[in-house]
Amino acid sequence: MAEALSRSGKARLGRMVVYGCLIVVALVYLMPLWVMVVTSLKPLDEIYSGSFIGLPKVLTFDAWRAAWSEACIGTECTGLKPYFVNSLLMVIPAVVLSTGIGAINGYILTKWKFPGANFVFGLLLFGCFLPYQAILIPMARTLGLLGLAGSIPGLVAVHASYGICFTTLFFRNYFVSLPDELTKAAMVDGAGFFRIFWSVILPTSIPIIVVSCIWQFTQIWNDFLFGVSFTSGSNSPITVALNNIVNVTTGRKQYNVDMAAAMIAAIPTLVVYIVAGRYFVRGLTAGAVKG
Amino acid sequence: MSASTHMSSRLAGWLPRLVVAPSLLIVIVTVYLFILWTGVISVTSSKFVPTYDFVGLDQYVRLWATPRWHTAVANLFIFSVLFLALSTGLGLLLAILLDQNIRVEGALRAIYLYPMALSFIVTGTAWKWIMNPGLGIQKVVTDLGWTTFRFDWITDPQMAIYTVVVAGVWQSSGFAMAIFLAGLRGIDNSVIKAAQIEGASLPLIYRQIIIPMLRPAMLSVIVLLSYIAIKSFDLVLALTNGGPGTATELPSTFMFSATFRRNQMGVGAASAMMMLMTVAAIIIPYLYSELREQKNG
Repeated sequence: MAEALSRSGKARLGRMVVYGCLIVVALVYLMPLWVMVVTSLKPLDEIYSGSFIGLPKVLTFDAWRAAWSEACIGTECTGLKPYFVNSLLMVIPAVVLSTGIGAINGYILTKWKFPGANFVFGLLLFGCFLPYQAILIPMARTLGLLGLAGSIPGLVAVHASYGICFTTLFFRNYFVSLPDELTKAAMVDGAGFFRIFWSVILPTSIPIIVVSCIWQFTQIWNDFLFGVSFTSGSNSPITVALNNIVNVTTGRKQYNVDMAAAMIAAIPTLVVYIVAGRYFVRGLTAGAVKG
Repeated sequence: MSASTHMSSRLAGWLPRLVVAPSLLIVIVTVYLFILWTGVISVTSSKFVPTYDFVGLDQYVRLWATPRWHTAVANLFIFSVLFLALSTGLGLLLAILLDQNIRVEGALRAIYLYPMALSFIVTGTAWKWIMNPGLGIQKVVTDLGWTTFRFDWITDPQMAIYTVVVAGVWQSSGFAMAIFLAGLRGIDNSVIKAAQIEGASLPLIYRQIIIPMLRPAMLSVIVLLSYIAIKSFDLVLALTNGGPGTATELPSTFMFSATFRRNQMGVGAASAMMMLMTVAAIIIPYLYSELREQKNG
């Protein structure tokens, strides 16, 4: 009896330790976000007088306004607004293109296998793990030759091209698990290549389309390397503009504006994550979990 | 078989290949041809623009004679080892703790993973502020009364690389957790039940049975995190900009500044090829084994 009691007490203690660890780590993980938000809502004087982690004494949205429409990026004091628009103009076509192409590639590589299909898949797969430094110089030259240097369409082309590798992987691994009888039956009914894709395959692929769009959106929105290498000035995406705002060295450092700017750059992907986190996780683990 | 169905089956034979061809062409050009092109530039004397005069391995010799490159390689080593060990360890621990029938598992998982949704530039900006010696964590702790507390790694050339590790682990350990958790959920519960009936304690079951069963997940985590480590660029740029001095230079930042800032395109290309070879040495065997298992399984 006494032994049973102490055992259940021990178990309860164990549970408390588990919960305690999990909650402490969660607080540590949330701390940067908390600090960003409260810093962005404080007036600069309050920050310099030493308030770091606490709630603002004086709540102000001035830093957000400044980051959005007044802060200087290089010599242009336009705030992040035009760069936010640049990122949208870059990310939307690139996501649509790469997802569409990946869907049809995945369909071909699983339901219309031809000799060498696996080799083609292998070629595409390595593209997912390419360190982009290895293609920066040729890509910069090629964009120049095509007249796309420094432009948003140029960035769309770059992101869509390398995105194909990931999206093909997603769709291929998803379609592999669809029974072949589905397409075979449609073929017997006389449906052709495109007909099957539209009316048999696509209606079953909503989840993986969401995964692909979310993954591509997050990757492309968050990209910095291509943005900083292939664009300059007013054509830059938001990550490059944010980095420029933060690295301004003249005058008194406006930490509240930096944090508001970082939040503005983070909000689109955070919203996607909060709304569709489940699909985001599936995209993340697609590189690891075999289809 | 009528002639028309014969025709349509011929059509069906080449249509898929025709549709996949443009993608294949794009990837062959933008991945493989461009790698070759970078390789070619790395054996020329290119400075500001590519010049196609063969100079053999001179640029590689110059690269390995550059102290800055040595700093970058040493930093990559320190960063990768710590980043991998800490992210994997923390990820595994969180996954195991979360797997104990935790009531608010969904919310906790979401909290551990949200940094993955952020840009490394955002992460770098936030941590640069947190680790600011004058106004950040150090100030908070000294204000609490521990007046000798120092957390000024970001301005200390000896310690600055560890700030990159801290921010990197914060961003990526949730990713390791997600993969381990998926692995744990794939383990048959009856194995654990049987061991419990035998009287094995929970820590023993984890050490002896469950963690060994997570080997495939472990491999994936290590390979994918190594890839993230080798290509990390934005995090360093936003957090320390490679400094103080060149204290946090990594191969990726070295390549970028050599090519686009210092007009040493040949050296930049050589460093890019070194990075590529490192990634390929890790990734190609991994992909090969993944694909082979898929075929067998």
